[in-house]
Amino acid sequence: MLQSMAERISVEQVAHVARLSRLRLTGEELERFASQMAAVLDHAADVASLDLEQVLPTSHPLPLVNVLRADQPGPTLSQQEVLAAAPEAVDGRFSVPSILAEAP
Amino acid sequence: MSDVTTGSEWEVVVGLEVHVELRTATKLFCSCPNSFGDVPNTNVCPVCLGLPGSLPVLNSRAVEMAATVGLALNARVQPSRFHRKNYFYPDMPKDYQISQYDLPICAAGWLDLPDGHRVGVERAHLEEDTGKSTHLGGGGRLHGSDGSLVDYNRAGVPLVEVVSAPDIRSAEQARSYVAELRSILVATGVSDGRMEEGSLRVDANVSVRRRGGTLGTRCEIKNLNSLRSLGRAIEHDAARQVAVVESGRQVSQETRHWNEEGGHTVPLRSKEEAFDYRYFPEPDLVPVEPPGELLDRLASEMPPLPAERRRRLIDLASEGRQPSRAAEDQVATVVDLGLDDLVLGAASRGASTRLALARAANEAATDPSAARGLSVESFAKLVSMEDSGRLSATQAKAVLARMLGEGGSPEQIAASLGYEALDPSQLSAAVETVLATNGAEWQRFVDGDEKVAGFFVGQVMRVTGGKADGRAVRQVLAQRRLDSLAP
Ligand SMILES: [Zn+2]
Repeated sequence: MLQSMAERISVEQVAHVARLSRLRLTGEELERFASQMAAVLDHAADVASLDLEQVLPTSHPLPLVNVLRADQPGPTLSQQEVLAAAPEAVDGRFSVPSILAEAP
Repeated sequence: MSDVTTGSEWEVVVGLEVHVELRTATKLFCSCPNSFGDVPNTNVCPVCLGLPGSLPVLNSRAVEMAATVGLALNARVQPSRFHRKNYFYPDMPKDYQISQYDLPICAAGWLDLPDGHRVGVERAHLEEDTGKSTHLGGGGRLHGSDGSLVDYNRAGVPLVEVVSAPDIRSAEQARSYVAELRSILVATGVSDGRMEEGSLRVDANVSVRRRGGTLGTRCEIKNLNSLRSLGRAIEHDAARQVAVVESGRQVSQETRHWNEEGGHTVPLRSKEEAFDYRYFPEPDLVPVEPPGELLDRLASEMPPLPAERRRRLIDLASEGRQPSRAAEDQVATVVDLGLDDLVLGAASRGASTRLALARAANEAATDPSAARGLSVESFAKLVSMEDSGRLSATQAKAVLARMLGEGGSPEQIAASLGYEALDPSQLSAAVETVLATNGAEWQRFVDGDEKVAGFFVGQVMRVTGGKADGRAVRQVLAQRRLDSLAP
């Protein structure tokens, strides 16, 4: 099923993902990444061709659950340290460009 | 408020998403304080700032609170995991929000409204809150903003998002659902329930359909900061959608912003790819599976929930009779404000339940936090003083106001206000004075006109400066009439 993935990654799809990731790519880059992403998916197709009947789906390689911490306050950064990374700060806050729509 | 769809061929269908800020000491994935109203960007660390190399570690208390919400909503608390929800938006410095996607911690519950209507709860999942943006300049809070200022103190604060099934059929039911959910969240201690401060935020999915027909296209309404906004927004948008369909057009699926001042909703402009969140499992967190022993402990620690507390108070107040609507309203108010222990405590000390309920729902409710601080003994004493006629109703209310404002025992406050009960001879003298100057009214009373009693009570109150107890006056009047009719 995945074998045909290589042909199915279009330049438009790469451009869409690039837009979501705020990456500006040239036409030549879009072409190159389309074929590279197809190669990555081909590798996934190799794995999918194995007999995995007895293997449970997993989202994590470690055999661990419930790694938790106590609800105890710890140290924080100072406002000065926090804002050191801000391109611009106003009134102790990060100043960012205009927003057209509300957060999802 | 009447619903636009009441009595018409149209039916409104509503599902609600309620975001609840959990009252933990720290954030969901880091040990920054979870605190409202602090100096901006001071409760921030490399984890919630999304700095490279930082790693999230899940807060155990947040897991317990989420599981408690699930148990209180009759949901299945299940093994779950976290996903990244990717989006570029300055309120999340990581450019993704850690949320739960395919495996929420709670699933398939329900909530019964006070009127008996059952609303399904599809899921309740854990996620982190975003930072707080303040929009600047331009012609409005959102549109035309020149820029935004972001405070990340709230970024990473634990949230539980409770998603209802589309089982709600009116604005009134939507308000009732949120009010009941809020009561449960406050009762279980997971939330302070303050909608104005954003501790509880509601999004409404609203659609309309012809009764019994297929579901219409839904719109999601945001910015609902109060029960009043929620009700108004649903009414308004349902009416808007009906008008769209009746004019032959189609409702477009979109997110709309409730404008409280204008009393209408407006569509939010959004880029078309904004909803491609590219969810994928969070590689830095392992699954969370609340163990059975934990769930047993949380269930055993579950306080009585509002529905049970209302039932208990109604049973006590109605003494086996059908409770009046007024009594039900008083009980609802008292439970909502957390004053039911005060009333139950007063009743268990022999005070009148009916009177304790009335004073709690009417007078004490004007200052709920002070009322919750009243000692049960003092409140019971106050109610008993009124019940026995030692204080008139007016006096009892004044004493209670003083108890709420400044504290103190009801006896001392009554004495300091000069509310000395009239002794029987003083009361009789006052009644005689009034009867002597109102012979015609007295004759009507003797002839059986009971309404005149109220007039006499008022007159006696006047000559005693409000110190007389109305019931005592009526007793004296009745005795006086008996005496005058005796052979
Ligand atoms: Zn932090």
